[in-house]
Amino acid sequence: MSTNTDATTGIPAQRNGGNDEPRKPVKEQRFADGGGVLNVFSHGFLALWAVLIIGPLIWIILGSFKNNAEIGDSAWSWPSHWGFDAFTRAWNKGIGDFFVSTVIVLAGSLTLTMLLGSMAAYVLARYEFRGNRVIYYFFVAGAMFPVYLALVPLFFMMKNLGTVIPWLGLNQYAGLILVYTAYSLPFTVFFLHSFFRSLPSAVHEAAMIDGCSHTRAFFQVMVPMAKSGLISVFIFNVLGQWNQYLLPLTLMQQQSSSDPDRSMLAQGLMNLAQQSGYASDFPGLFAGMTIAMLPVLVVYLSFQRQVQAGLTSATLK
Amino acid sequence: MRHRKTPFIFGFLVVPVALYILLVIWPYLQTFGYSLTDWSGASSEMNFIGLDNYTKLFQDSAFLGALQHNLLLLIVLPLATILLALFFAFMLNVGGKSGTGGVQGVRGSAFYKVVFFFPQVLSVAILSVLFQGVYRTDKGGLLNGVLIALGIVDEQHPWDFASNPTFGLWCIMGVIVWSGVGFYLVLFSAAMQSIPKDIYEAAMLDGAKRGTTFFKITLPLLWESIQTAWVYLAIAAMDAFALVSTMTPGAYYGGGPDHHSEIMATLLMRNFITFGKAGYACAMGVVIFFITLVLSVVSLRVTRREKIEF
Repeated sequence: MSTNTDATTGIPAQRNGGNDEPRKPVKEQRFADGGGVLNVFSHGFLALWAVLIIGPLIWIILGSFKNNAEIGDSAWSWPSHWGFDAFTRAWNKGIGDFFVSTVIVLAGSLTLTMLLGSMAAYVLARYEFRGNRVIYYFFVAGAMFPVYLALVPLFFMMKNLGTVIPWLGLNQYAGLILVYTAYSLPFTVFFLHSFFRSLPSAVHEAAMIDGCSHTRAFFQVMVPMAKSGLISVFIFNVLGQWNQYLLPLTLMQQQSSSDPDRSMLAQGLMNLAQQSGYASDFPGLFAGMTIAMLPVLVVYLSFQRQVQAGLTSATLK
Repeated sequence: MRHRKTPFIFGFLVVPVALYILLVIWPYLQTFGYSLTDWSGASSEMNFIGLDNYTKLFQDSAFLGALQHNLLLLIVLPLATILLALFFAFMLNVGGKSGTGGVQGVRGSAFYKVVFFFPQVLSVAILSVLFQGVYRTDKGGLLNGVLIALGIVDEQHPWDFASNPTFGLWCIMGVIVWSGVGFYLVLFSAAMQSIPKDIYEAAMLDGAKRGTTFFKITLPLLWESIQTAWVYLAIAAMDAFALVSTMTPGAYYGGGPDHHSEIMATLLMRNFITFGKAGYACAMGVVIFFITLVLSVVSLRVTRREKIEF
């Protein structure tokens, strides 16, 4: 177990990092062995990385209170006056509209994702029928491949769909809602599948004996029991869809000059960053970024336990 | 009861499966078909040209360069991210002062985890804007500011980071590692906490030091998590589109200067949207698809002890 595995870890630089000193003779010392030094050492490194994470974020939020001259002059300049005019500018230049568009799409896509995802996951997890495994692996395989492989055909499919059903085409909320839902299904089904499996079947059986229908057993017995799993995957989908960039970039372009700009927040922010008009308004750009970041920060801090569990549990299964 | 079950199963599955097939599976499959045509994307006109796109692809120096860059990402990203995440996870869980109660995690480990994990929930758009500020090529950039303050960089000649032909791609990798370490830290940390404490205590009683326990106990028991992390990072390394396309110079979807930070995804989008070579772009998509597939299969075979739930 020991030597062979060591050789395959590929961490030669750390291997002998002070591990092989001769043993201390006094038994009591073994417990505290290197503890104090290591403790200081670990706090040092951990604090350094924490600064590396928080530093740039605070610096950029500070930047939204500076003016252009201050931003360009030095990285260490301090805002000369504290005001929210950069935030107002960013909001009026489109961030406000993008914000509203994103909320509209997410309201639809999250509802659909959770409803369809939990229905599919439940049936696949709790019912035996021919083709069960095939459909399950079918869903899970979709999570393995990068989205942009499907972009070219997806773009034309939505374009053609738009000529038949106008409200489902490119640059339409309903179209994007369906696409978001479809691309969120693999992970949602995968996650909830294992969750529904882990639930005890006794309650369900009791309900069935009492004459409950399958549909009613799902909505009134299984869904309430699966609440914690549903919350985790819901938060995961909120973050994933809120931050989605590639799909709206391809599907939510203005189709003509009269077509309203329905950019999603991440996409709109990136557009603003690249527009020449914004090149001279860094405070506005930084303020826009702060606005886009705030809801994520709030969701994350309120639910960080579920977020961490939700995002990592898939890999630990 | 049996005859009531079938309509129920069907009713619950039909909408999700239909939506999934129409919008996810079908486009993936179509990519294969289009890759065998000279379709421009603008018209409905297309001719079957067999494998011409693929032979052209492997003579295209821009594509071969992009492929090399992706392979570089494939090696550097998992290695750097996993090493840092393991290091921090070890520091968090075993780095604390030890008393009679045995080994403890450092104080404030919950705080560190919250902070480290945060970049993972940020959109690439936010990462891009953030690091465009950090990597700014004048003295107003955060990194240049720090380096000037440390006296490493001359104020008159600030570094050009992401626009530099040699270091541009490394700057992008820095962003990906920065944002990814926290996720894998939490992953490894959870796995470490599932290792029973008495194993460590027994080892320490036998005279093992912390460093030794890490390499002889923690690492072997974490091996499966590490392999899973490797698969995830490898798939992420095949992507990296958003950051490269917005942070590196180049008129359409970045990749510059002069293809020095080009990756397959940016080349694909440029051929599709800008050059109107949809068929050619699809051929690139298929190549990426197969590389991802091979990577996943190889990794899953290596981890075949696990119950594969993918």
